[in-house]
Amino acid sequence: MMLLKNLLKAAVRSILRNRLRSLLTALGIIIGVSAVIIMVAIGQGSEAQIEQQISALGTNVIIVFPGASRMHGVSRGAGTKNRLTVNNVKELKKECTLISAISPVVRAGAQVIGGGNNWNTSIEGVSTDYFTIRNWTCKYGRLFSDKDIRANKKVALLGNTVAQELFPGENPTGERIRIRNVPFTVIGVLQVKGQNAFGRDQDDVILAPYTTVLHRLKGGRYINMMIASSVSMDQIDAAQQQMTAVLREAHRLAPGEPDDFRIRNQAEITQAASQTSRVMTLLLGAVAGVSLIVGGIGIMNIMLVSVTERTREIGIRLSVGARSSDVLIQFLAEAVVLSLIGGTIGILLSFSVAFLMNQFTDLYTLINPGIVVLAVLFSGAVGVFFGYFPARKAANLNPIDALRYE
Amino acid sequence: MPHVIKMKRVTKTYRMGDMSVQALRGIDLEVERGEFLAIMGPSGSGKSTLMNLLGCLDKPTSGEYFLDDVNVSGLSKNEYAGIRNEKIGFVFQTYNLLPRTSALENVELPLFYDRTGRIKNPKQAAVEALARVGLGDRLHHEPSQLSGGEQQRVAIARALVNQPAIVLADEPTGNLDTRVSIDVMSVFQELNQEGITVVLVTHEPDIAVYTNRIVKIRDGIIRQSTAVLKPGNAKKDLEAYRDPVEDELEKAGQ
Repeated sequence: MMLLKNLLKAAVRSILRNRLRSLLTALGIIIGVSAVIIMVAIGQGSEAQIEQQISALGTNVIIVFPGASRMHGVSRGAGTKNRLTVNNVKELKKECTLISAISPVVRAGAQVIGGGNNWNTSIEGVSTDYFTIRNWTCKYGRLFSDKDIRANKKVALLGNTVAQELFPGENPTGERIRIRNVPFTVIGVLQVKGQNAFGRDQDDVILAPYTTVLHRLKGGRYINMMIASSVSMDQIDAAQQQMTAVLREAHRLAPGEPDDFRIRNQAEITQAASQTSRVMTLLLGAVAGVSLIVGGIGIMNIMLVSVTERTREIGIRLSVGARSSDVLIQFLAEAVVLSLIGGTIGILLSFSVAFLMNQFTDLYTLINPGIVVLAVLFSGAVGVFFGYFPARKAANLNPIDALRYE
Repeated sequence: MPHVIKMKRVTKTYRMGDMSVQALRGIDLEVERGEFLAIMGPSGSGKSTLMNLLGCLDKPTSGEYFLDDVNVSGLSKNEYAGIRNEKIGFVFQTYNLLPRTSALENVELPLFYDRTGRIKNPKQAAVEALARVGLGDRLHHEPSQLSGGEQQRVAIARALVNQPAIVLADEPTGNLDTRVSIDVMSVFQELNQEGITVVLVTHEPDIAVYTNRIVKIRDGIIRQSTAVLKPGNAKKDLEAYRDPVEDELEKAGQ
């Protein structure tokens, strides 16, 4: 025990005695470790950012679009065969046990006039479930209620962008606006959502009761899409299947007949979007991994030189009674201590660089604890591995040969 | 009185590829406790090989070697390391101190590897050993800050610190000038008078006269062993010593 403590002490002394050499050795690890951590942090940061944008879409979202119509074998493209109705929404709400909320979306584009300004935006008619699904609350005023929907009330919730365009710097609650010459009362302004994963401004919208939009602005009985929420993320695929079955029955589709609607869930959308960023993470990680290997080779070089250079020292230690194993342990202890020091500095460096990047650049970084541990372990292993063989060679020398070494 | 060293028909053969060189061809040597012995011989006579065997730095090819009544010929590599650590103090021609390491730490080095726990306070033991060779005021100097004579004194302190049964010195004065050589010999003489057994290798007769017995070796065999009837007194000689170059300069100045 005493001996082991002495060997560790000797290792630390020898590191301190050769500061420059120690620093150079550690530098390989420092750069390797921090490069890996930072690169992966950048990749995972952007991945997390995209996922965050997608989850801004709502919780466990399932979207139903109208299908494509086919005439004599010629597909006429998405949305050409719209058989989605408000009644379908009601049926789904009643039948599907795995969805917690569902709202129709009726969309109408229109020029909106209000506050002496005008603005072209999209008006979306939705039910109250829509706010739950999209986690959307209002900044000013209130959301509309089921009562407003039943009564076809001409009330409107402005997205933040619309509010800014029509009533810059004001709270427009209570103001009157006109949409396609239909007067609406502004009852509130929605919370800012920002851009979605595909760069569209989600705040450039007006929400109104779907009944009002359907009857006053759009006409007809078909809705543009449905948006629903499954009870949990795990149940999202099951919920999707349930909805498909209910809709097929509602539309009286015979078995084997293709769906006349398309249904997508958030997991699929998330997957598609984060695919790209995952590839990027992998690429960055690979580049950084190469730098860690190069760092490892640097360690090996310095270790080899250092062991060769210190053959005499090894000879002296052997001649005063050190066993081969003592010498070996001392060199390994040196390699481990150096790796740990280098790893620690590397971690601190990468943390501060990541912090600065988050503060001063558009790049968002997210440090993965697993990668930190992996990078340190790997660099440590490299240090020990490349330190071991030259050290063993020297430790097994005859003391006389080691002493005579020039 | 028991013998510290007893060698019986010890041989050493070096193999280099197909060639084999017989460096020692049957050495019988006995050293008594408290002796001060010089081994002399020309280059290639095998005296350094003998020294390495005595110091357990190398193993004999055949024969028996008793050190402090222990037969070391059959011991393992690790046991050899233990013997070197406990029973032997070795002084080299080239000092072999760790560079960039203080005198104190250099002297402490053998105690690092002490597995017996006989020396309770290594640091104190090192300070005492340095004081014994007259370097009590140089504890924290590094080798590069010390003169050759001082470095060799540090090496001697290192050889003493583990309280060895015997101190072995391989041409300890080979790298030193005459005055410093006598100085170093005075250290050995002092230690020997305190009861420490010393064996040294030298090829300088001037150095050998400070010992009690001279063993001459040639072609791997001991040829002669003679007691020194009137050993020199290194301390006195040092006081009386006059540097020939200084003498010349003084003469020129007058």
